[in-house]
Amino acid sequence: MDFLMRNILNIVTYFPLVGVVLIILWPKGKENEDEIRWIANLTGFVGFLVSLPLILSFNNSKYISANGMRFEMDREWITAFGARYHIGIDGISMLLILLTTLLGCISILSSWSAIQERVREYYVYMLLLQTGMLGVFIALDFFLFYVFWEVMLVPMYFLIGIWGGARRLYAAIKFFLYTLFGSVVMLLGILALYFYQHSQTGVWSFDVLQLQKLNVPANLQWWIFLSFFLSFAIKVPMFPFHTWLPDAHVEAPTAGSVILAGVLLKMGCYGFVRFSLPILPEATRHFLPWLLLLSVIGIIYGALVAMMQKDMKKLVAYSSVSHLGFCMLGIFAATPVALQGGILQMINHGISTGALFLIVGIIYERRHTRLIADFGGLSHVMPLYATVFLIMTMSSIGLPVLNGFIGEFMILQGVFSDPALRNWAIVGASGIVLGAAYMLWLYQRTMFGKLDNPENQGLTDLNVRELATFIPLIILCFWIGLYPKTFLQYLDQPVLQIVQRVRPDILQGQELKAAEAPSPATAPAATR
Amino acid sequence: MNNYNSAAEVFSYLSRNAAYIGPQIHLILWGMGILILDFLVPRDRKQVIGLFSLFGIGAASIHWFRLYRGGVGRAFFDMISLDSFSLFFQLLILIASALTVLISYRYLDTEGEQHGEYYALILFSASGMMFMASSLDLVTIFIGLELMSVSVYILVGLLRFNRKSNEASLKYFLLGSFSTGVLLYGMSLLYGVSGSTNLLVIGQAVGQNPNSAAVALGMLALMAGLCFKVAAVPFHMWAPDAYEGAPTSVTAFMSVAVKAAAFAIFYRIFMVSLGSLHHFTMIVLAVISMATMTVGNWAAVTQTNVKRLLAYSSISHAGFVMMGLVAGTELGVRAGAIYLFIYTFMNLGAWAVVVLLRRRNIAGEEVEDFNGLFFRNPGVAVLMLLFLLSLGGIPPLAGFIAKYYVFAAVIEVYMTTASKLMLALAVVAVINAAVSLYYYVRIVLAMFIKELTEPADLNFSTGITVALVVTALATIVFGIYPTPIIKLAEMAAYPLL
Repeated sequence: MDFLMRNILNIVTYFPLVGVVLIILWPKGKENEDEIRWIANLTGFVGFLVSLPLILSFNNSKYISANGMRFEMDREWITAFGARYHIGIDGISMLLILLTTLLGCISILSSWSAIQERVREYYVYMLLLQTGMLGVFIALDFFLFYVFWEVMLVPMYFLIGIWGGARRLYAAIKFFLYTLFGSVVMLLGILALYFYQHSQTGVWSFDVLQLQKLNVPANLQWWIFLSFFLSFAIKVPMFPFHTWLPDAHVEAPTAGSVILAGVLLKMGCYGFVRFSLPILPEATRHFLPWLLLLSVIGIIYGALVAMMQKDMKKLVAYSSVSHLGFCMLGIFAATPVALQGGILQMINHGISTGALFLIVGIIYERRHTRLIADFGGLSHVMPLYATVFLIMTMSSIGLPVLNGFIGEFMILQGVFSDPALRNWAIVGASGIVLGAAYMLWLYQRTMFGKLDNPENQGLTDLNVRELATFIPLIILCFWIGLYPKTFLQYLDQPVLQIVQRVRPDILQGQELKAAEAPSPATAPAATR
Repeated sequence: MNNYNSAAEVFSYLSRNAAYIGPQIHLILWGMGILILDFLVPRDRKQVIGLFSLFGIGAASIHWFRLYRGGVGRAFFDMISLDSFSLFFQLLILIASALTVLISYRYLDTEGEQHGEYYALILFSASGMMFMASSLDLVTIFIGLELMSVSVYILVGLLRFNRKSNEASLKYFLLGSFSTGVLLYGMSLLYGVSGSTNLLVIGQAVGQNPNSAAVALGMLALMAGLCFKVAAVPFHMWAPDAYEGAPTSVTAFMSVAVKAAAFAIFYRIFMVSLGSLHHFTMIVLAVISMATMTVGNWAAVTQTNVKRLLAYSSISHAGFVMMGLVAGTELGVRAGAIYLFIYTFMNLGAWAVVVLLRRRNIAGEEVEDFNGLFFRNPGVAVLMLLFLLSLGGIPPLAGFIAKYYVFAAVIEVYMTTASKLMLALAVVAVINAAVSLYYYVRIVLAMFIKELTEPADLNFSTGITVALVVTALATIVFGIYPTPIIKLAEMAAYPLL
């Protein structure tokens, strides 16, 4: 058991590969497709279950390393240039891993009837993608991170390119090249850091925790920051690098959109939180006004464009741009509350937007259209569906009691608490109003009114499987909305560490809070 | 052994020195054996000769391994230097030749051009390449180069009844001879400056008068000649035509082995003899490198013929290999060596798939010929996917390690000298790395997403299966665990510093 727990991160990350192997080896033939679906779903579900110990044993002192990382593992890999197989998680990555396994499980379940062609490959790509994404969150070695970061492009390319909509080829290649371009530029930044580190310490290493201790000269920081920024900002996506997102979302199959919105975009935010901010604090401060400006433009621009969309999926896609703008506002402001809010909002966005894509996908599967104008009065024939949609709409616009509220409130409060940034909070808050406008308008036009389109009258409500995909998400919406501490407590310590690096000035009055967080010194050193 | 008469002394001298060129001698003798054997083997059994040539390469490899285990040294009055750099490239050439023979024999049957000479010429040119890799003297370099080039000129024109092949051969021959002339001109200038053909002596002489016009002219002429051999811009014009017209197996051979051998002397001459001009060659080579990768890539984007596409991609890869030479550091040489080694596997793998598509009456050269390959042969399509992604530099495949090393070499120089040119080179290179994925993915798209249009079975043979498995394994394994190659390349870099 102890052995399993020590390798839990590997188990969680590579478990989907077991499903991949099984699916590839399973007897061919159309009649076996249901069995393939079962295998994939079981893999997804068990994959989620095995990730639960991460949160349950998170504070088990046996698995805490001296540096505050949990379940750490540090093995030699490519000794010739110092890349190591170094993995471990803190609170931020733990929450994102759970989000990934949950959304992975749900999106696989949601594909049961939507995917009828090339079923076997579909699930292979889904599961490969899952491994790639999880790898990104566990990596503590920059080289390893980069490997996972690029690996998951390929299955996503296929998911969009094979099972996507009419313009899928264009969308797939656009997604692929955009993100690839960003990441190769990041590679140059990584190399610059790597050589700088060697010039300072004489050690060849990509170790993120070591890099975070460097004090890179300002000039170099700026260049490296810009190279990272390009990669992460494309992934997030921040205005003006967002243009691949609507295409990719609209063309991707439902499950692909869920994963894309729920997890892939978070990898960009995660990159900023894990690398840009703590490694390059000075550059972050230097570019702060521009970063905040781009975030706020993203919030408002995304909301305005979303409002004018005729296609439900495109609307949700642009709402992502807006929501991610909020996340980035909180992250860049880097006051403790705002940063925590930004990270929580990443989770929230994954839950609510993931659910919204599922909702759009369900109606698309029944009607083969996503145009808002084709719908109206659906609540009469699909009451259950309308209820779920309502909850998720409310979650998305940040109604109190639901999760979105907590995240947005924390971000705005955190930004507002810094007198220098107060105006950004005020501008950003207008995004909430706009968000309410487009989401409620969407809901009104599709769910309320007369059911006058005859094609809509025969629509069936959610079946058990579809409902099952929503239930965990709904529970989480309320859980985070009512008692966010369950999740926020894991963020205290890592957030504080980042804030100490980026904005040591605002931590003066908060010594008390720092003392509360489990200090690394008291945690027993985990054996390597 | 203390008392020997003079005849024995000569013999002992020869045998001691000949040991250092053992692999080459093996290849030549086996090649001659093939020429004789060719008369004895009936026309429909010529594949036996292919097998025979594999034995030849195997014998040479065994000898290579003996040398690797402790035979480093100089021979023939420093004309041959068997060091870790030579050994590295010789291994690469042996592997490339063996893989080429493996993918050839069925292909030649399909083309109706199964001749014993083919294998003999492969062995002869491999021998020439190995001489190039192990030479420390302009004369031996030149002889090796000619042995390789002449053999390859003939190989390119092997399809006697194919006009494209004839055209390619003639074009390659004429331009190649011209470039050899330029190369010789550069060599003679350097000889004039130093009074010696030995690379080390030239290196000293050049170091003493780095500003002499003769040195500069000689360097430029050498650079032009070598750029032609590695198909670098602006001397790349011959490559797409020659690659397209040549038999596909020969194209595969040219794109890896010829390129690697040419780069071996490129690296050796520019590091050992012209190292003191590095501050200047660096600038010229950086510009050539940027131009090569950019022109190759942008031309590849619009190609519809896979052979031309891969030809242009191979041009752009030459630009990447050159980055190591631009850096001119220990890491740079290592990067170039690693790049060429990995490139050999992934590129030969991709060419092997193109060879598979050549069936009787089906050229299998257009991108459309890949349509729906996944539905007919999922295994082959997945392998091709691996090769293409590796060529594009996607981790965790070996091509990524190659790209990583050349980027690292250039960034290292940038970090120590803050040279803007290095930064520009690195940025141009990463942009090109992304662009290259665009055309590789076009083939992927055809294989995995387009409908199957050509139902005929692929042209499988045992040899090509083995070649595919070997190249695919190397592409994956060296991507995840590159340490063995890196170690080899680390040693290879020492003799050049």
